[in-house]
Amino acid sequence: MADEVVLLDFWPSPFGMRVRIALAEKGIKYEYKEEDLRNKSPLLLKMNPVHKQIPVLIHNGKPVNESLIAVQYIDEVWKDKSPILPSDPYQRALARFWADYIDKKIYVSGKKVWQTKGEEQEEAKKEFIGHLKMLEGELGDKAFFGGECFGFVDVALVPFYSWFYAYETCGSFSIEAECPKLMAWVKRCMQRDSVAKSLPDQHKVYDFVLQLKKKFGIE
Amino acid sequence: MAHEEVKLFGMWSSPFVRIVEVALKIKGVQYEYIEEDLQNKSSQLLKYNPIHKKVPVLLHNGKPIAESLVIVEYIDETWKDNPILPQDSFERAQARFWAKFIVVKWLLSLWKACRCVENEREKAMEEASENLKILENELKDKGFLGGETIGLVEIAAKIIAYWVGVIQEVAGVEIMSRQKFPVLFKWIDELFSCNVVNESLPPKDKLAARFRSLLGSR
Repeated sequence: MADEVVLLDFWPSPFGMRVRIALAEKGIKYEYKEEDLRNKSPLLLKMNPVHKQIPVLIHNGKPVNESLIAVQYIDEVWKDKSPILPSDPYQRALARFWADYIDKKIYVSGKKVWQTKGEEQEEAKKEFIGHLKMLEGELGDKAFFGGECFGFVDVALVPFYSWFYAYETCGSFSIEAECPKLMAWVKRCMQRDSVAKSLPDQHKVYDFVLQLKKKFGIE
Repeated sequence: MAHEEVKLFGMWSSPFVRIVEVALKIKGVQYEYIEEDLQNKSSQLLKYNPIHKKVPVLLHNGKPIAESLVIVEYIDETWKDNPILPQDSFERAQARFWAKFIVVKWLLSLWKACRCVENEREKAMEEASENLKILENELKDKGFLGGETIGLVEIAAKIIAYWVGVIQEVAGVEIMSRQKFPVLFKWIDELFSCNVVNESLPPKDKLAARFRSLLGSR
């Protein structure tokens, strides 16, 4: 039986990228559908009536919403290849905890960096770098967050790398200077096809952010 | 099996702690409950949850786990009797989605609406109402949230509904009313009457007093 897999997505979304990476890790063939978030398709509104957001993974007509839930779903359904979550329950709990931390802290604090200026931006930068340093501490000397293998927390975090140039340029700081170990981890992740092919070019994301800034009248 | 040591750091008025407790009880896990004073957190709590410094924290054979939904999944995977999450992957994804919605959106948006100052209140109440409509519609459509077997979603809903009832009463607002959300109310009423859940709920007047002081001090 052929599986029908569709991904409703928006190219600069780090959440969408997570699902792209998971699908690529498992070698799953799928149809990518780009959404215009100012003009959401009837399919998106039907498949995610609750939040009307991307990404939405549609498997044989049934929708799975929320990127981390979709990644876990993919891991469980296509379980015979490239596991994303560890098999030990305690390690799984740790992976979920850190993915939840990333969800709560990185997107919001990163957004504040490019949306604000002056004093407010300095505060936002401090907070954002603080969270990255926390994650860098958790990574320690491991190759990946899960240890020797690329896994759930790596998938949750690495998409934000495509936004680093935008954060750095808007905020005038260098993530490499602040978190060199984290950048080394990024490089290791980017060596994986699944990651390199799922992340857009950083400069393209920066242009997108500039457009957003203009639209919202920031600076 | 070797001696298991299970400790739960909690706080009596936290619905998230109650959700974890119910999970442990359903699984028949023996545990030690440690009540935390959140104004004066124990060194143990700070050691086991240095990142968020919050309850609940589960300690299993010395290994700490934080965040209620993460803890519940761990409990479900470690003690396999009486599964709390559906076995089917799609149903499990739905259960995860709705559990998070119940815990994050339903409770928090209602709490926010009750705490808001006048000019922000209307918007917050609208948001809380929208979230309730979402639950109502899903129940109208499907008859259930998440999977078809009773588990995490039902436990969370029963507990959160109890908390929301008390908060509304204390705040003197009625965002979640039987008239506006009949299907939701019916579903909650009909949720399994489970001793384990009922026993875990703190007495209404004690909880009301707590919220009165929380809402009063602004």
